[in-house]
Amino acid sequence: MTGAMAPVPYRVVAREPETADTVTLSLRPLDAGIEPIAPGQFTMLYAFGVGEVPISVSGAADGRLYQTLRAVGAVTRALHDTPAGAVIGVRGPFGIGWHLPAAPGRDLVLVAGGIGLAPLRPALTEALGRRDHFRSVTLIVGARTPGDLLFTAAVAGWAAAGARVEVTVDRPADGWTGRIGVAPAVLDEVDLDPANTTAMVCGPEIMMRFTATALLRRGVRAQDVQVSLERNMRCGVAWCGHCQLGPLLLCRDGPVVDYGRAAPLLAVKEL
Amino acid sequence: MIIDATALAGHPFLAGLPASQLDVLAPLARPESYNEGVRLFREDAPAAEFWLVRTGQVALDIHLPGRGTVPLETIGTGGVVGWSWLFPPYRWHFGAIARTPVETIRFDGAGVRAAMADDAIGKELAIRFMTVVVDRLQHTRLRLLDLYGTGPGSFS
Amino acid sequence: MSTEPVLLASLQPMVAALRADGRHVIGPTVRAGAITLAELESADDLPHGWGVELTPGGYRLRRRVDTAAFGHAAGPTSWKTWLHPPRVPLWKAHRAEDGSLTFTEPPPAVDRYAFLGVRPCDLRAIAVQRRVLGQGRFPRREHAADPLFIAVNCTEPGGTCFCVSAGGGPQADGGFDVVLTELPGPRYVAEAGSPAGERLLAALPREAAPDVTVADARAAVDGARERMGRSLPPGDLRRLLADGAESPVWDDVAQRCLSCGNCTMVCPTCFCTTVEDTTDLDGDNAGRWLRWDSCFDLDFSYLHGGPVRTSTRSRYRQWLTHKLGSWHDQFGESGCVGCGRCIVWCPVGIDITVETNRLANK
Repeated sequence: MTGAMAPVPYRVVAREPETADTVTLSLRPLDAGIEPIAPGQFTMLYAFGVGEVPISVSGAADGRLYQTLRAVGAVTRALHDTPAGAVIGVRGPFGIGWHLPAAPGRDLVLVAGGIGLAPLRPALTEALGRRDHFRSVTLIVGARTPGDLLFTAAVAGWAAAGARVEVTVDRPADGWTGRIGVAPAVLDEVDLDPANTTAMVCGPEIMMRFTATALLRRGVRAQDVQVSLERNMRCGVAWCGHCQLGPLLLCRDGPVVDYGRAAPLLAVKEL
Repeated sequence: MIIDATALAGHPFLAGLPASQLDVLAPLARPESYNEGVRLFREDAPAAEFWLVRTGQVALDIHLPGRGTVPLETIGTGGVVGWSWLFPPYRWHFGAIARTPVETIRFDGAGVRAAMADDAIGKELAIRFMTVVVDRLQHTRLRLLDLYGTGPGSFS
Repeated sequence: MSTEPVLLASLQPMVAALRADGRHVIGPTVRAGAITLAELESADDLPHGWGVELTPGGYRLRRRVDTAAFGHAAGPTSWKTWLHPPRVPLWKAHRAEDGSLTFTEPPPAVDRYAFLGVRPCDLRAIAVQRRVLGQGRFPRREHAADPLFIAVNCTEPGGTCFCVSAGGGPQADGGFDVVLTELPGPRYVAEAGSPAGERLLAALPREAAPDVTVADARAAVDGARERMGRSLPPGDLRRLLADGAESPVWDDVAQRCLSCGNCTMVCPTCFCTTVEDTTDLDGDNAGRWLRWDSCFDLDFSYLHGGPVRTSTRSRYRQWLTHKLGSWHDQFGESGCVGCGRCIVWCPVGIDITVETNRLANK
């Protein structure tokens, strides 16, 4: 049972507010931390006395863990409001993360919707760390409004490192000169070789389905499209049975699943 | 010929169109560039042409009393601007403006309508325009769902 | 290891020996109108002479004409109550003045048990749960420390039993320390299945079992195999359930199912749990518990403001599809052992074999 269920204490060493309701916490373990976490894997974050939620890691470097979370319920609100210096609990890493293609020369396309950019960021960082392995690296970001965009300060660095970054919003604000529309629509503007494309999509389930459909329409194969699925998670260690989606236990067989596997499951209502 | 059939076939909207149909459309088209901020058309003006966007971003907008002109949606590389020329009363419902410098292929609307009297071209283009409209509709519905929102009215 | 069958005239010495060894002996006993599992003080607590009438949605005790102790089936409890109890503490946490948190896990369970009267279906169920909870990347310890299993072969299937079509049978097939077959008397043919079982039998008053008695015992168990009251359809149930998500059978069941979750409570393989976070009034001490949960609970699938499985239809579909279908995908075998408890204890008598046969025939 050790390591699976008992959280490891981490101190919040810094807080970076990203938007009005989203913050990135920089965390350092008090003692030995959890094992190295791969992009797309998740942790269970514990707010003392309140509860736990699954959060996909948004970065890991220099002994720090970065967790980007949006305050939408009691636990995420408590985590979001945790002041620098306070301690939270971390369990993990859990699950199967993003799978960067082994074959060289492919077009890598990441499509992020809303908070979905957070789980994709470490995959982008890893890909840009070996940019020459890919023919192209494209990041499409969709957000509700310009004020809801995450990691805006990092975009210039990503572009300098060889990523094409295209941003779009559902609702413009005054002074916004960028795109207005949904993330799947931006795909039409991206030059890619469908037979040699690996796509990673993360965001609300409907957004992922429409984006995957647009990719398939371009000729990208379903097994080359990865999505990050979400269901109710209580334990994260395949004990509690809550995160089932048909034959998949998402904490163990996901959350990243290829669209060939995911599509028929997502098509069944109330599965 | 101001623009040839090969150049037309290079745009995603017309990709795969039979050469004979491209030959009919080519005389009705010409390349057109717009500087940033130049208006392509105003709402309520007669709708007599449409554009295929090659590079840059075009914004569809509408004027709201007290708010001014508000952008609604942007159309980028590979996109199509304008379909009100296809049906009466042939007037624009929204405006369009170049949000960045834009390179387009501009088509004579009346000429294309006449060309569409031919069944083959008519069916082919009608389906392609329908696809564009359906995509826009789906995307608009996605935005209506407010998937990234958390407040009332959001379906996230 | 000697596996020669022996004959026991009584189970009194066995129970006494197990208790003297510091073990809690858990076995069937009559309580509140049913034969449930509970701690036995002596072999007298066994339900000698009690049998049951089992029907969909029906369970009645009845007096037997003999004094058999194991002439019953499908009681409302299963061994998971002791192996994975309904509520276990996971850890306690303390917040110090400097804000640091310490998490303390409880020590491993030291309670020693002997489980007396484990039917072959329940032995398989224990193995299924061990596979689910004990063989993943994060194994979960059973609550009992080094339990002894005294299995009992079945000579008399209950009206709702279907172990044969679920891949099992009335004969215990490994996973036990001792296996008993009850013969009229009652007397017990006993065989060891492990060194611990052999040691247990060696300490009891016993005779060598005559060949004819052993043959009688085998015949009684074989006979039970032929007398199952119902069966699951043959064939690839994984495929059947995977393809059956939109079957009208689910709509039909939904009109009867109360989503009460009884089936998940009595099922010996159902394993779902939830975590419960608690805190004391000072706010400096917190704890977490692991508690049984049921996929029929409306909150089970809660996501983004509401349950994914809102309708009863979807929740019944989830339970049955998981049990007979996606369990294969997740754990490499079926989740059902054919014990029939869900049929008996469903208040409206929904029968998993009937519904699965309907799926197969539509």
